[in-house]
Amino acid sequence: MKRLRDQCGRRGERIFSDLCLLPSVIGVLVFFLIPFGIVIYYSLINNPVMHEFVGLANYKKLFTTVAFLRAAKNTAVFSLVSVPLALVLSLGLAVLLDRNIPGRSVFRTFFLSPLMVPTASVVLVWQVLFHTHGTLNQIIEHFGGTGIDWMKSSHGQLIIIMMFLWKNIGYNMILFMSALAGIPRDIIEVAELEGAGKWYQFFHIKLRYLSPTILFVLILSLINSFKIFREVYLLTGDYPFDKMYMLQHFMNNTFNSLDYQKLSAAAVLFSLVMIVIIAILLIAENIFGKDVEG
Amino acid sequence: MTRKQKTRLFNTFVTIFAAFAAVMFLMPTVLTIANSFMTSSEISANYGAMLSNMTEDNKTYISDGVNLKFIPDKVTFDQYKAVLFKSPDYLLKFWNSVMLTVPITFFQLLIAILTSYGLSRYPGKIKGMIFFTYIILMIMPYQVTLVPNFLVAEKLNLFRLHFEGFHITAEKFQLLNTRWAIILPGIFSPFSIFLLTKVMRRIPVSYVEAAKLDGAGEFQILTRIYLPLCKGALVSIAMLVFIDYWNMVEQPLVLLKDSAMHPLSVFLSQINTGDIGLAFAVGVVYMVPTILMFLYGEDYLVEGMTYSGGIKG
Repeated sequence: MKRLRDQCGRRGERIFSDLCLLPSVIGVLVFFLIPFGIVIYYSLINNPVMHEFVGLANYKKLFTTVAFLRAAKNTAVFSLVSVPLALVLSLGLAVLLDRNIPGRSVFRTFFLSPLMVPTASVVLVWQVLFHTHGTLNQIIEHFGGTGIDWMKSSHGQLIIIMMFLWKNIGYNMILFMSALAGIPRDIIEVAELEGAGKWYQFFHIKLRYLSPTILFVLILSLINSFKIFREVYLLTGDYPFDKMYMLQHFMNNTFNSLDYQKLSAAAVLFSLVMIVIIAILLIAENIFGKDVEG
Repeated sequence: MTRKQKTRLFNTFVTIFAAFAAVMFLMPTVLTIANSFMTSSEISANYGAMLSNMTEDNKTYISDGVNLKFIPDKVTFDQYKAVLFKSPDYLLKFWNSVMLTVPITFFQLLIAILTSYGLSRYPGKIKGMIFFTYIILMIMPYQVTLVPNFLVAEKLNLFRLHFEGFHITAEKFQLLNTRWAIILPGIFSPFSIFLLTKVMRRIPVSYVEAAKLDGAGEFQILTRIYLPLCKGALVSIAMLVFIDYWNMVEQPLVLLKDSAMHPLSVFLSQINTGDIGLAFAVGVVYMVPTILMFLYGEDYLVEGMTYSGGIKG
């Protein structure tokens, strides 16, 4: 009798935890998954009035659209450069600060501050820095170089990479610092006794323990790298120079012209690319994450 | 040089380097604050050249270089007075930001608490699949999710109720071009579920078992054990979500055609070209909420995320 009640109780408890999922599952279905199904459908038909199946024609059209190709290329280049850079620099900083130096917590606050400062608030300072007659060019000219019109040159990507690093390095660094602090001391001590050098310790021991954090930082940075449009938009508005024309610019312009087919095809294509990236990351997690559960 | 001396020298070097880098990181913020105390004539003298390529015909600016200045010649609160009392537009846009960001943060967290609890208790195959779907969704950029969001906003209708005495009328309205078009997808965005579930999964089963022996029900386990243990994580997730939406640019541009409803984060890009004298002060006003949060919650931000490693972990 008691056992039966236990089981019933257990089932009741299970139902409570299942019910907790309900709001979110419904919301995600209504606002993301079902409409995404419609997006896939839209990418395969000729227009929302005729509903005629056209296969991959919309995708083919997309690949002949100059604006899309440029936006995709700029976004890919930006993410491929800035994400690894953010990872390496923040890890480097974390390792450097992982020692007894004065003012560590003050440095931490300073590095973290860009995370909490709205981009829109400081965008004017960036504009002053990177203007044709701006501070950066004045410094360059002071040392005998010639200034560049940053916003309107092929060096435009450098600016947004700098802004991205400024915003993201701090938080990544914090994540690495707490991961470094979590590495068991005795393992490092044993390695030291065995005569392992600092570099060996770093590459063969610490890096292994850091691998879950590296993966996490990689994902965060990747997510944030697709939000760089904010900085670009605030700096240059709707129609930036070629090199700063990002995917979001293309999407906005296509939204304005209400070209559902192109929009849908672009969204589906981009989501496929993301799924490939996620698959690679998950495989990496399975390979590196196994021996250390951190 | 002995080994100890070497280490000490290296540490000094590291300290100097770190101090330099840290100051560089703080610089844009400090500059914005410092410049907000300048008179508008001083600002146009220093930064007027920035505008000259936009208003080519009436060049009334004194210098044609841009001088980045740290310390104002004369400290004044004129900019702030103008922003707070004379130009209601900025306050309106600030209010727009609040009306978008606060509901999203609050309800996203509420949903995340329930969902993460549900996902971390009695894990099973279906729950694993749900979590996996959320991970994929979380990584999807706005360039992907805005298209389905736009479709929903266009197709879905909600009802707005009007109360006139005892008479209630319902008015149907389209989500598009209303705040709901941004708020609703924001609430169900799975970012905080991802972070919170990872924290909740670390809570030892023994805590729950002990509470059960004492007669706690599932709801009490959630409120008395899970929530207190997740406090740090909750505060840090709330901060991350808030600042992310406080910064929003993509969604309003696509989902709110009426620029009167745009949040300040979008509007600021437009004042930079017009009222340059006020732009710094507006920028400072806009960073006040997040800076206050940061001062209060920095330690949570640092400690709350200690467990976050891996993807599925």
